[in-house]
Formats: sequence, C-alpha cells, structure tokens
Amino acid sequence: MKGHLLAISDLTRAELEEVLDVTDTMVEVSGRSIPKVPALRGRTVVSLFYEDSTRTRLSFDTAAKRLSADTMSFAVSSSSVNKGESVRDTIETIEAMGIDAVVVRHCSSGVPAQIAAWTNAVVVNAGDGWHQHPTQALLDAYTIRSHTGSLDGLRIGIVGDVKHSRVARSDIEAFTALGAHVTLVAPPTLLPPSVAPWQVDVSHSLDDVLGELDVCYLLRMQRERMSEALVPSLREYTALFGLTSARADRLGKDALIMHPGPMNRGVEIAGEVADRPNAVITEQVANGVAVRMAVLFLLLGPGRHALPPTGDPSSAGAASADDTTTEERP
Amino acid sequence: MDAEDIHRAVRRMAHEVLERNHGVDELVVVGLQTGGVELARALAAVIEEIEEFAPEDPPVPVGTLDVALYRDDIGIRPVLPEEVTEIPVDLDGRTVVLVDDVLFTGRTIRAALDAMCDYGRPRAVQLAVMIDRGHRELPIRPDYVGKNLPTRRDELVDVTMAGVQLGELQKQ
Repeated sequence: MKGHLLAISDLTRAELEEVLDVTDTMVEVSGRSIPKVPALRGRTVVSLFYEDSTRTRLSFDTAAKRLSADTMSFAVSSSSVNKGESVRDTIETIEAMGIDAVVVRHCSSGVPAQIAAWTNAVVVNAGDGWHQHPTQALLDAYTIRSHTGSLDGLRIGIVGDVKHSRVARSDIEAFTALGAHVTLVAPPTLLPPSVAPWQVDVSHSLDDVLGELDVCYLLRMQRERMSEALVPSLREYTALFGLTSARADRLGKDALIMHPGPMNRGVEIAGEVADRPNAVITEQVANGVAVRMAVLFLLLGPGRHALPPTGDPSSAGAASADDTTTEERP
Repeated sequence: MDAEDIHRAVRRMAHEVLERNHGVDELVVVGLQTGGVELARALAAVIEEIEEFAPEDPPVPVGTLDVALYRDDIGIRPVLPEEVTEIPVDLDGRTVVLVDDVLFTGRTIRAALDAMCDYGRPRAVQLAVMIDRGHRELPIRPDYVGKNLPTRRDELVDVTMAGVQLGELQKQ
C-alpha cells in the first residue's frame, strides 16, 4: 500500500489482503503484556476530527501509540477553526510543525482527498460525509476473515440505511473485491439512487434473504434522520428490517451478526441478539485497533517514499477549500 | 554444504547447546522468521533425540519470532512482517537459543534482542546460526556456528535444509 488511504476502491485485492495479513501480526502485538513495538518511533500522527467520534478517534490514537508514533490530537471545538480558519490553513499550520500522517474525519465528502492534494503528509480517511470509511471496511473484512478464513463466496447481507452510510459504501467495495456476494437489504427510500457501479443484489425484504446469509451486517438506523420521513416510523422499520430474536433464530448457526456501532438496541438489532455468541460486534472494535496499526505501519513504515501532492491544489475537486459546505451526514 | 552437511552441523550444534547448558532444563529454542524457523525445529528435534526424550516427555519449546516491527531500517527498504510471532512459553528466567540461517550485519539479531525483551526477561540468550558470513556492523557474535563462510558483501547466501547456495545479489 502506497500513498494515502482515501477510499477502498483505490486498493487492489492484493493490497487489501496485505493489510489483512499485516493485521494478523498487529493482533499478536495487541495481545502481549506490553502491547508496544518501536516500528514508527519518531513519526508523528495527527488526528484531525471535524466531526464527533469516540471509537474511531481512540482507535487510531491507540494504534499509533502501540507503534510508538507520537500523536497529536486536534479538537475542532477548541481550535482556531472557531475563529474562521479554513481547512487549508489548518493543514498548512499543522504541517509546518512537522508531521508524517493526518487522520481526517469530516462531514463533507472528499475533504480527505482535497487535503491529500495540499500536504506531503500521508492522509488517512477516517470517514468523510456519506462517501467512505475505509478503515471500518478493513476491520469488518478482517473480522469476517478471522472467523471464516476467507471472504470468497460468502453471502453478506448489508441491512438498513445504505443511502446515508459511508460504512456501507466502503464495506460493499471491500467485500466484493475480496470475493463475497453482497446483498443490500433496505426499503427503496434508504437505498442510493443507483447501485449500478456495484456488483450487488438488492432485496426489499430481510425475511427473503435471511436464511442464506453467512454474515448479517446491520447499519445504524439514524434517528436524527427521521424528519425526512424515509420510513414511516422506527417501529415499522424494526418490524420489517430489524434483526429481532425471531429473525436471528432463522440465521444459520454459524452466521455472523455485525454492526459498526453505535447500536440502537431495539431498533435495527434486538438487545438480546447483540449479546449472542455469533454477534461479533465487540470483536470488530478490538480488531479496529489492529487494522489501524497495519494501515499506519504500511503507509508510514516500509519503503515509504516522499509523496508528491496528489493533484493540483487549484482544482478544488470534490471539496471546497473552506469549511462551510456541509452535506448532512449520517 | 549439502543436506548431509547441514544435518551434521545441526547435530554438532545440538551437542554444543547441551554441553554448554548442562542439559535441556529451562531451554527454549526460538527461530527467526523465516529462515531460522525450520532450523530451530530441526535443532530442537535433534536435542530431544540426543537426550532420549520419551514420547510422553514435554518437548523442548520452539518459538518463532518476526522482527519486522523492530528493525532499524524501516522506511529505508521494504520490510513486512511475514508470519505471526509465536512464543509458546514465558521467557522469564529461561535460556533462549535464537536460531537464524545466516548471520551477516547483525542488525536482525539486534532487532530480535529488542523484540525478545517485550516477551520477558530471559536468564540468558545464545545465538545459533548455520552460516556466519562476516561483515558485522554491530558488536554481535554467534555462540554456535554451522559454518564460517567468507563472502563478499554483494553475494547472496541462501540456506535451506537441502543445502547452502551462493548467488549474486540482485541489483535493485
């Protein structure tokens, strides 16, 4: 893996597998009594989160520290962003302090790609708008692979609000690239206008596909979105698309139940189902640290060359230079 | 060296290990990924044979160590972890015999010593290598050597259980 990690579609299958293989080593490191290796000593990783997050931010921070990198954290709420500083000025200021990687989360799609064009540091996308959340997809793929050995030929159902979900977009790309068959399960209002770019099946009934799934991946139902009236009510959503105890009983014995968190127990997943042995939701969080260690190590460690900026800064591309355009985000 | 020579060298090194440590008490054999792993298994097997282990005796513990995350040349050349490290026992108070195929600059062994510190505090660490090819860059020396093989810096030494081959280093 070279350069930045902006979207899963930038990676080949071999590169995806390389990340998962290195993650095996990082899982071993994380399991030791002293879970720390000197691999990235002297490198500085900055996390730049323009949007709230607990697990992703802590996970990246822990990952960098376990590799002995120095970490700087940037809290937008207490920074010069409040004084009207643009993303570009913020990046240039941080870069002037000498940094090696920036972990970016932003509510607008494309901001990490734009930042990559402005900086010589490695940019890791930690979630941008509805667009991508690549490390989530890598940790999901790793979690599945650790149970099944391979994703080849697996039937994976992604259930819920695909339309607004960057996790879904990254997962679809990662799972299909690794050889799985993905079925999107959602009411038409929660699907994107077109699924044509993806090699996926679509179903509007969870009950129809439940029996044949190897993995049932539930997306978070976003209560804040209810104003758009995309579903009549949360109760109706739960009745049709929630993984209730009765539905979970119809899943195969070894089928995995996954969720990117934070869960709405009682909405997309019944409280009791989330605690079943085949629900691997806390494992996903644990693997998140190891996957992010692998990503940081591969991008900053072996054979890293000075990176040219990825594009011409004047062509603003997907994101605008200032921080004012925001697309509502899940 | 051919397969017979390798086998004889492993047998001699096994005797030396036993002589120096007065037996197998508290001994752990750790092979470095990837070249040292097969040699470590062979060494442990010969030690068990010499000491006339019965099938019910606990075997000599064999571990594997990948030092990619401890190297000092990360960022200079591509080095990726090959395999997951596996140390089957607590190293505190044990005598560790590190095993590698070729001893060259000594930098891999330096990394391995650092890595081992993260798994515990061995009572002693000894180094066994099949080939010592010289050109050390650090004050590191082996305790058990299969064969001293003078080489040029740009030569490539390839060791398998079937024998030792000399080649030219591919210019990158």
